[in-house]
Amino acid sequence: MIIGLTHYLAVAAILFTIGVFGIFVNRKNIIVILMSIELILLAVNINLVAFSVYLHNVVGQIFAMFVLTVAAAEAAVGLAILVTFFRNRGDIAVDDVSVMKG
Amino acid sequence: MALAIAFYLLAGVTLGAGFGVVSSRNPVHSVLFLILSFFSAAGLFVTLGAEFLAMLLVVVYVGAVAVLFLFVVMMLDVDFAALRQGFARYLPLGGLVAGILAVEMIVVASTVATQGATKNAPMVHGDVSNIESIGRVLYTDYVYFFQAAGLVLLVAMIGAIVLTLRHKPGVRRQVIMDQVAREPKTGMRIVQIKSGEGIDQ
Repeated sequence: MIIGLTHYLAVAAILFTIGVFGIFVNRKNIIVILMSIELILLAVNINLVAFSVYLHNVVGQIFAMFVLTVAAAEAAVGLAILVTFFRNRGDIAVDDVSVMKG
Repeated sequence: MALAIAFYLLAGVTLGAGFGVVSSRNPVHSVLFLILSFFSAAGLFVTLGAEFLAMLLVVVYVGAVAVLFLFVVMMLDVDFAALRQGFARYLPLGGLVAGILAVEMIVVASTVATQGATKNAPMVHGDVSNIESIGRVLYTDYVYFFQAAGLVLLVAMIGAIVLTLRHKPGVRRQVIMDQVAREPKTGMRIVQIKSGEGIDQ
């Protein structure tokens, strides 16, 4: 029973799909949508690291680090926007987010 | 054999916790599942031999991002049950799209893995450690990208502070300029007090 690249790619694919599914079914809950985006980025990272190891090229892991950086920045700014929105509106229903424009 | 057991265990926990994130009723449980998912994904990275990224995942995600989510979820006083409506309505379509996407991606991924450039490639750990090989590339060929990543984090930090900083009215704050510009003339007042009367401030 040898674990190959296929296994890691399959795990990443399923995790990505779970993230997309989470965005679909939690349309109103923006916090869970942000968490689903984190799951999707984690799936991307698993892909990058798996290919990096099997192609013997460390650049994939470097890129995974940059993805990690962007994911952390995105979570911070997204949650900050969410907190500001909650202060102004009193709830976090995503349907009314269009009032933020302008 | 031990590696296979570890892989299946960690992959199962990662995927199960990932499903828990999107399907649990309480967002706090979602965050806890997210932490579990990241932690076991870090374990998957260890089985791949990418120890540095595994530790980075634990520190950055479990230590910072997940705790940030937890703070926000606990801080916002929101009726999360109302936010869950529509879950059942979007379930069939979401499940269909997710199923098709998963099958497609697994087929493509397995084809790439067995026919592409990684055909029959074994997992090889070189004689240098993972951290050393990353450091040799990151601080030479990718040093500008590394700096740019730092800049991204700086901008995100400033952005988050600017967005959430709020000055409450009626709170006395330290004004350093006033303190520095203070002189005996402005800081002191000589008052003649008549006996029998108090001071009117």
